[in-house]
Amino acid sequence: MSGMEDTAAAPATRPRRTGWLSLWFNRRGWADITIATPFLWLVVFFLLPFLIVAAMSFALRTSTSPPFSFGTDGHLLSLQNYARLLTDDLYIRSLATSLMNAAVATVVCLLIGYPMALALTRVSRSARNILLMLVILPFWTSFLLRVYAWIGLFGTNSWFNRGLTAIWNALAPADWALHSIQMMNTNFAVVLVMVYSYLPFMVLPLYANLEKLDLTLNEAAMDLGSRPWRVFLDVTLPLSMPGIIAGGLLVFIPVSGELVIPGLVGNPSQPMIGRVISDEFASAHDWPMASAVAVALLLLLVVPMMLYTHFEAKAQEKKAMEP
Amino acid sequence: MNRRPTFLLTVLCFGFAFLYVPIVSMMVFSFNSSRLATIWGGFSTKWYGKLLENDQILAAAKLSVEIALISATLSTILGTMAGIALARFRRFRGRMMLSGMVTSPLIMPDVITGISLLIFFIMLKEYTGWPAQRGFTTVTLAHISISLTYVTTVIQSRLSQADLSIEEAAMDLGSRPWQVMKDITLPIIAPAILSGWLLAFTISLDDVVVTSFATGPGTTTLPILIWSKVKLGVTPDINALATIIVAVVAVAVLVTGIAVNRAERRRDRDARLAYQANE
Repeated sequence: MSGMEDTAAAPATRPRRTGWLSLWFNRRGWADITIATPFLWLVVFFLLPFLIVAAMSFALRTSTSPPFSFGTDGHLLSLQNYARLLTDDLYIRSLATSLMNAAVATVVCLLIGYPMALALTRVSRSARNILLMLVILPFWTSFLLRVYAWIGLFGTNSWFNRGLTAIWNALAPADWALHSIQMMNTNFAVVLVMVYSYLPFMVLPLYANLEKLDLTLNEAAMDLGSRPWRVFLDVTLPLSMPGIIAGGLLVFIPVSGELVIPGLVGNPSQPMIGRVISDEFASAHDWPMASAVAVALLLLLVVPMMLYTHFEAKAQEKKAMEP
Repeated sequence: MNRRPTFLLTVLCFGFAFLYVPIVSMMVFSFNSSRLATIWGGFSTKWYGKLLENDQILAAAKLSVEIALISATLSTILGTMAGIALARFRRFRGRMMLSGMVTSPLIMPDVITGISLLIFFIMLKEYTGWPAQRGFTTVTLAHISISLTYVTTVIQSRLSQADLSIEEAAMDLGSRPWQVMKDITLPIIAPAILSGWLLAFTISLDDVVVTSFATGPGTTTLPILIWSKVKLGVTPDINALATIIVAVVAVAVLVTGIAVNRAERRRDRDARLAYQANE
């Protein structure tokens, strides 16, 4: 740990050059620097690029370089891109595919993740630490490689595909017998890999929430004659709502803009919105349109989230007002 | 308690199988001697040997590690500053804006981050002439921006859990705020700084989407190389490469996880002993 102390002590020697500088640094300079440095960084490398994109969405594509300009159709801010967004089938369909896939993946994540999180609260403390580590570990290992791992399983010759085919052939009537199951390049593959990749994001917030719940409430309900299933429905489930919403957002939002998973295992003829944005930019060279789609997606994702935070804050306030 | 844990534990086992079977399967097939990546043809380590002869992969790996080292270090410095600012300075101008800018990249899909940075770099070149070409620098800058948020979150949550009384005691004993920060606060959050750095390092090492926008000709990071190879299908040498990466990351995470855990426990114990000694 001595390395840490060295780095902590190093900046202290800097301001001793002149009296007033050191005075300023000790009094408030260090605090100002601490605030201003990340602030400026974020303004330049996050806010500014985003504002450029937002402004770009009101421009129009031209054959100049850079390929856009404002006011070519008589208005300084053109709404043409947004009009196209609502009328062109490509955008609506890809948006629907994205939201649909994201919704299914989120629900499946919840159905698997909820019992997992609940089970984690019921095992012994030493086992729990190890199991939590095992939930987090895939999050650290390469995302790309975890998607890649599935490509091997989806292939028509893989043990996974042959196993599933064998199960299907044993259960289904003989007429429906298959040689192999087509899994690569389907929406099924996309949703499955999404669930796989984002499951830890569902389990962790749910676990954090469920772990804090007061088990005596369960016991009280049980003593009053509730059956275990009713206890779950009436006590545990409502109390874990914040965890469900947090986990749901953590899965739904990144998944709907996902580019890697549909790019590797998805159906190219059914693009998701992320693909459309990047194609619009890179292949069609239509920066304004790509920007408009990006802004629309962001609005679609962020507005419900802000509403949720708003109402959550209101509910907290109301709760605090009650005696 | 009742019958439910049996069901829950079954789902737990199923869930862990779901999380780990694909990775284990990939690792097993990296030792496959057959050229066909999905049909077992006997045990062999030849793909690992082939990997070490592949200059393209080695160069990409070296580049990725360099970018990850620089971007993780810079984003840890910036993220620690932002975390301290948000957790310790209650009131300052622009506080709302800083906290908004720190949290919003978390909900920004990677494609949008990538496109906005790319347009930004192109416009910057248009008006200032810099960066003349996208490559190492622009990728590093982009990586700092995406991992900064995560580091800040780690530091901020660690600071909000930390015991304020030690800092207050030092302040009461006449320490200047800056001294308190460097002698007490920073050592307390040292484990969090380490995990923040590690998080930033793996994010940088792993990123494909933002990198693919921020990079230029001649700068091929390892994930970009893997992406272009994987699009052509599964090959045994990628299996071997993936196995090495996953194993290295898993061991690193486990070792630091245990070390950080132990350091925090030791600190807690020391603090308890100090309290007892004073009573």
